[in-house]
Amino acid sequence: MMAEKKQIDARGSFCPGPLMELIAGMKSANVGDELEVLSTDKGSAADIPEWIKKVGHELLATTEENGVWHITVRKVK
Amino acid sequence: MAADKISIVLVSEDREHLQMAGMIASVGAVSGNEVSVLVSMNALKYFLKGANDKAPSSGQMGEMLERKKAPSFKTLFEQAAELGDARVHPCSMAMDILGVEWRDLDTFMKEPMGLTKFLDDAKGGQVWSF
Repeated sequence: MMAEKKQIDARGSFCPGPLMELIAGMKSANVGDELEVLSTDKGSAADIPEWIKKVGHELLATTEENGVWHITVRKVK
Repeated sequence: MAADKISIVLVSEDREHLQMAGMIASVGAVSGNEVSVLVSMNALKYFLKGANDKAPSSGQMGEMLERKKAPSFKTLFEQAAELGDARVHPCSMAMDILGVEWRDLDTFMKEPMGLTKFLDDAKGGQVWSF
């Protein structure tokens, strides 16, 4: 099965909203899928990569553009 | 490796305490910890089915949380239970005082729990109270 790319738009949501939205997306994703979270919450931009590291998924990229963070993760298990 | 345990005692009725407890419960639960929450005293009324979850603020931050539309504490506890398998229990003593049954509480609430079991389960883990 082909890995999918999904975008989760959590702009305007405060901590831990973006993380929770990502996790809800992860639950329905398949192993190998890439998920990109959009967040305007600075705290979440730091916390989401910590969560990814702790639970053992793969952080692919974190970028910021005009106050919007794009955090991309691959589901590995 | 066994999961780390986080036990939370929730008794406050103000928004800031409820919110912080919900944040620790939800983030803790989705990060691989075994989270158990005991809801008692003034906090229990918010977990009755259909209850108004507009908790009074104790300061400026609580008002800002509402104005900026941060996720409600009820949503956080629900996500803790649904996404992270946190166990949110009503305190059996507080239920007796309020005169409510388990069926009167939100559907994500687990079975009523007494302090003996809660304290026994909490042994060796982190304990937080709000």
